[in-house]
Amino acid sequence: MIAFIVRRLLSAVVLMFIITAVTFGIFFLVPKAAGVSEDDLAARFAGKSPTPEALAQVKERLSLDEPLPVQYGRFVKAIVAGDSYDTGVSEVECSAPCLGYSFRTSTPVLDEILDRAPVTLSLAVGAAVIWVIVGVSIGVLSALRRGSLFDRAAMAVALAGVSLPVFFTGLLSLAFIVHAWGLLPSVDYKPLTQDPAAWASSLILPWITLAFLYAAMYARLTRAGMLETMNEDYIRTARAKGLPERTVVTKHGLRAALTPLLTIFGLDFGLLVGGAVLTERAFSLKGLGQLSLDGVIQSDLPVVLGVVLFAALFVVLANLVVDVLYGVVDPRVRHS
Amino acid sequence: MKSPKVWTAMTAGAVVLSLGLSACGGGDDGDGEGGSAATKFDAGSNGIVNPSDKKGGVLRMGMSDDFDSTDPGDTYYAFGNNFVRLYSRTLMTYTSKPGADSNKPSPDLAEAAGVPSDGNKTWTFKLKKGLKYEDGSEIKAEHIKYAVARTYDRGVLSHGPAYFPQLLDAGDYKGPYKNKNLDDFKGIETPDDYTVVFKLKDPFPEFNELVTFSGQTAPVPPDKDKGAQYRLHPLSSGPYKWEGDYQPKKGGVLVRNENWDASTDPNRKALPDRIEITAGLEANEVDNRLLNGQLHVDLPGSGVQDAARQKILTDPKLKANADNPYAGFHWYVPISTVNIPNVECRKAIVYAADRDAMWRAYGGDVGGERSTSIQPPIIAGRQKGTDLYTSTAAGYKGDVNKAKEALQACGQPNGFSTTMVYRSDRPKEKAVAEALEQSLGKAGIKLTLKGYPAGTYTAEQFGSPSFVKKEKIGLGTYGWAADWPTGYGYLQAISDGKAIVPAGNSNPSELDDPEINKMWNDVVKLDDAAQREAIYNQIDQKIREKAAILPNVYAKSLLYRPQTLANVYFHAGFGMYDYANLGVTG
Amino acid sequence: MGDKRPAETLDGTPVTMAEGSPPPTAFLEVRDLRIHFPTDDGLVKSVDGLSFRLERGRTLGIVGESGSGKSVTSLGILGLHNRRNAKVSGEIWLDGQELVGASPEEVRRLRGRRMAMIFQDPLSSMHPFYTVGDQIIEAYRVHNDVSKKVARKHAVDMLGRVGIPKPERRVDDYPHQFSGGMRQRAMIAMALSCDPELLIADEPTTALDVTVQAQILDLIRDLQEEFNSAIIMITHDLGVVAELSDDILVMYAGRSVEQASVQDAFHRPLHPYTWGLLGSMPRLDRERSERLLPIKGTPPSLINVPAGCAFSPRCAYAELNEGRSETERPELAEVEPGHRVACHLPLERRRQIWETEILPKL
Repeated sequence: MIAFIVRRLLSAVVLMFIITAVTFGIFFLVPKAAGVSEDDLAARFAGKSPTPEALAQVKERLSLDEPLPVQYGRFVKAIVAGDSYDTGVSEVECSAPCLGYSFRTSTPVLDEILDRAPVTLSLAVGAAVIWVIVGVSIGVLSALRRGSLFDRAAMAVALAGVSLPVFFTGLLSLAFIVHAWGLLPSVDYKPLTQDPAAWASSLILPWITLAFLYAAMYARLTRAGMLETMNEDYIRTARAKGLPERTVVTKHGLRAALTPLLTIFGLDFGLLVGGAVLTERAFSLKGLGQLSLDGVIQSDLPVVLGVVLFAALFVVLANLVVDVLYGVVDPRVRHS
Repeated sequence: MKSPKVWTAMTAGAVVLSLGLSACGGGDDGDGEGGSAATKFDAGSNGIVNPSDKKGGVLRMGMSDDFDSTDPGDTYYAFGNNFVRLYSRTLMTYTSKPGADSNKPSPDLAEAAGVPSDGNKTWTFKLKKGLKYEDGSEIKAEHIKYAVARTYDRGVLSHGPAYFPQLLDAGDYKGPYKNKNLDDFKGIETPDDYTVVFKLKDPFPEFNELVTFSGQTAPVPPDKDKGAQYRLHPLSSGPYKWEGDYQPKKGGVLVRNENWDASTDPNRKALPDRIEITAGLEANEVDNRLLNGQLHVDLPGSGVQDAARQKILTDPKLKANADNPYAGFHWYVPISTVNIPNVECRKAIVYAADRDAMWRAYGGDVGGERSTSIQPPIIAGRQKGTDLYTSTAAGYKGDVNKAKEALQACGQPNGFSTTMVYRSDRPKEKAVAEALEQSLGKAGIKLTLKGYPAGTYTAEQFGSPSFVKKEKIGLGTYGWAADWPTGYGYLQAISDGKAIVPAGNSNPSELDDPEINKMWNDVVKLDDAAQREAIYNQIDQKIREKAAILPNVYAKSLLYRPQTLANVYFHAGFGMYDYANLGVTG
Repeated sequence: MGDKRPAETLDGTPVTMAEGSPPPTAFLEVRDLRIHFPTDDGLVKSVDGLSFRLERGRTLGIVGESGSGKSVTSLGILGLHNRRNAKVSGEIWLDGQELVGASPEEVRRLRGRRMAMIFQDPLSSMHPFYTVGDQIIEAYRVHNDVSKKVARKHAVDMLGRVGIPKPERRVDDYPHQFSGGMRQRAMIAMALSCDPELLIADEPTTALDVTVQAQILDLIRDLQEEFNSAIIMITHDLGVVAELSDDILVMYAGRSVEQASVQDAFHRPLHPYTWGLLGSMPRLDRERSERLLPIKGTPPSLINVPAGCAFSPRCAYAELNEGRSETERPELAEVEPGHRVACHLPLERRRQIWETEILPKL
């Protein structure tokens, strides 16, 4: 097991290098292919009507004039060994793992990420709890009452939930629940450590909105999985043993039906922690998704790289946890 | 200051009017306290709404994006320059008055306006004495010299205006980060702690206006400078200071600076006790919070989004809390003099353009006014001008016959083909491009439309002469606002041949006309503002004669002021409300 | 026949059991069992009027092709059909208790305790996530109020009895850690954990190789002697039936076409379908080339069962009846003591065909 985890972590490191290298490539090579010169790139950071001297200064400061491998090498070195940052006045130390400094705000990218991660994590965890409970319950009930009015209504709502973009449902719920009816306060994130009640009440709407999308998906997946599982031979065996139906459904059916969901959940959750861009945007939550979106819009390469790296790390970690959990849940995996 | 009586009379009139309105609208919430809150539509464009001297309360400001920088030396946006006045004082600042008066420079740190000598090449400012920073230390002339010197390093402070390096006679000085010895900076002399002398390469008559518009003369003590990171907590010289640091893309809080002396500062009322800034809100969320009073000010000051606009214009009660001033922008269409070198061909474009559709693309009356000059009405001394090649008779729909005549004269009787670019994420600009595609098509001028993202448009596509040439771009949508509200502030960057730069070019017409260039060279030698204004109007006329720009609309913004916002007025210098003088009630 | 069928409510549950039918004398008696599944394509009549009896200590082999209704019948006896999508009617008497009309809860309590089932394919029939021991313990504890410890000891005993070596260690293994034969033994141990009086074995040896097959059949036989259980052996393999059963029931299209003692069925079969089954039975003493005589054609759709004799489209002798086979359904009739057949062909003609045409080819 240990060897397995170590192997997975090593491949994760390789994966992250590839991801950052690709991000680097997209940032520099794609504009170049589209005919954007380094001057044009520098002009993005140089304010209104920059003179050629100003562009040269910007290029030098952001190292845009250096060869790509050199820039990438520095990026990697900073993560491993730290780096220092020239504010102009003095050198500021940035200890490893250093993700560099924002082109736009000159703040350390790692600080920005760590500052925002709790927001996204709060959003993701809360929504995940809701969508797993609601989605799985509805999915199970739908499967057990297949073809009933409940099943059909639930699946219709679920279809809507899957089809409607979070941006739409988010703005709609804001417009009505917060602004028109005043049922909930505006979404203003408060840290959990500061005031748990305010934390929860500020996030309840984003949770529900985000959970709606996923709950719909999970309800459909659970239903399908449950229908399949309840047709399995071992369920028939469990019934043949004379087990009460409730035991059959929960102990024998649900556990097997939910196991494949674990993989999907791991991926979904990992991706979400990397930034729920649309939800954060809709609710003005300052999480990692917003950070990466701003980074992309403002060509803030270090920020984009940092968030991409962080997101990749989380996806990899989430998958690792899922794989380990899989071994716990499914003995066949453990023994192979 | 106008006498209070005048304002009382005006508000009384407003009360009557708004009562009339709300009678139609059906019911009024009733604004119990004072009764002076009732206002009418556009009242803030020319007068003070909810005049107040009452201190206290929390002013909440929000925005969907963020400042380019909170460092007074590094911000270029008008709203940034407006905002930094809360914690930075500069040599000169705008007068805090509603209406056209606000365009005038008013001494801030300086005792009086700068005094020119040596034929407008030397400008001397005397500082008030006893002015202090938030830490209690004294503001000295050398700190202003240092602040200006910083702006030379475009690598560290890349956002702000670059006028000082262009104008000051400082050789090839590279800024204090590369050269620590401030004595090497010859552009400014500080003979004593209270005198700042600017040395210019060439005569520049509008130097007072120049130091007024930006925060770049806000003093920075060298030992407090943190370079690129100074923006997180610029040392305050104004009525407020940052509580902790500003958090980019998130926001921050301003609290009172006890070391600010109100008696030295006639330009800032500083009414609220605390100002909370939230960045990164979803754009419609900003409007929603504005409408329900959770936010007082939408910082960028460019007006509400379409959804809120509909809501406000259709609800008389909401509309009474909105203003519709000239935003300072002129949305126009530069025509490339490089790709369409023949003036007759450019004239054909202007003749054929359906100005009516172009105007409606910006939302009709509330969105703006059909323009007749290049300079928008907000510019001091601007003359209304005339539509040279636009036929008003046909309802501004364009004149195909005239266009065809011009094409004949151009030697292209069957028309020609060219490319038009626009910002793909701006529906209004797309609509303008489509209107032109259609109306020019009638005259035989075929347009190929290409959209580019707004984020790179002015730097890399329309703002890049090499790109314009390579893609054979003939015209594109564009907008421009003055750095300071004079003809120089508006027109120089968009019509002077010297202003053409390889990236982020603000003269996409690439107008490099010897006649106009000469006028720019000469106008700076004139001491008299009225004489200069006459030249600016001539340049304006020339640009239109040469059909280098197809005028479109003077933008009007729809600003919303919640009822709890006090002492609100539109400030022509910034093109939005005056942030240093707002108050809150309730 | 129709008037004997009990009335049904819309969802398929019988209102009452058939009134006035004589109390059963056998340990298990199935009377006119019908199991229908309404589907979008029509009503699937998987079992359509099946009757048989079985005494304690006896073994009944039910044979037939796939889809003939064998497995549906066994699940029906155990009450394992979902009442929402299956219409069950008729009577099933187990030791004097009627099961079709009983509440699901009553039937559940009998299941696993008085009647148990061994399924084919033990790999898919055992839950992959729980140990073999856990699954046996669960089966035991649901009907016996004992501690986990006692139940575990019982599970180890059961595994030992079905011949699993080192049962005290293997009890904690998962099904996938067992070999195919061991899994089937474990399955049997699970089924027998509550000493059921009726054991239904559904193709218990299909997935196993020949040696293991023999061992499993021996095991079932030994256990039957020990517990005196009644056994229903469901299979399409006549060899298994010959080895283990006392009586045989041949099913075709949801109905019984021949019921007889094993002796009669193998030596004097009187239904053309049974002949076909015998012909397709692999035998070690036969030449490879002529080994199998498959029955031509395919089993009928259970939605549109042919009018008349369901087997007639595939029956080589149907035309001898001048169309009667296509129009009139033959009823099961006792032609000899303990030997019932449903066929329109005159008895003598059938005996003659068997003697002269079928037997020599086998």
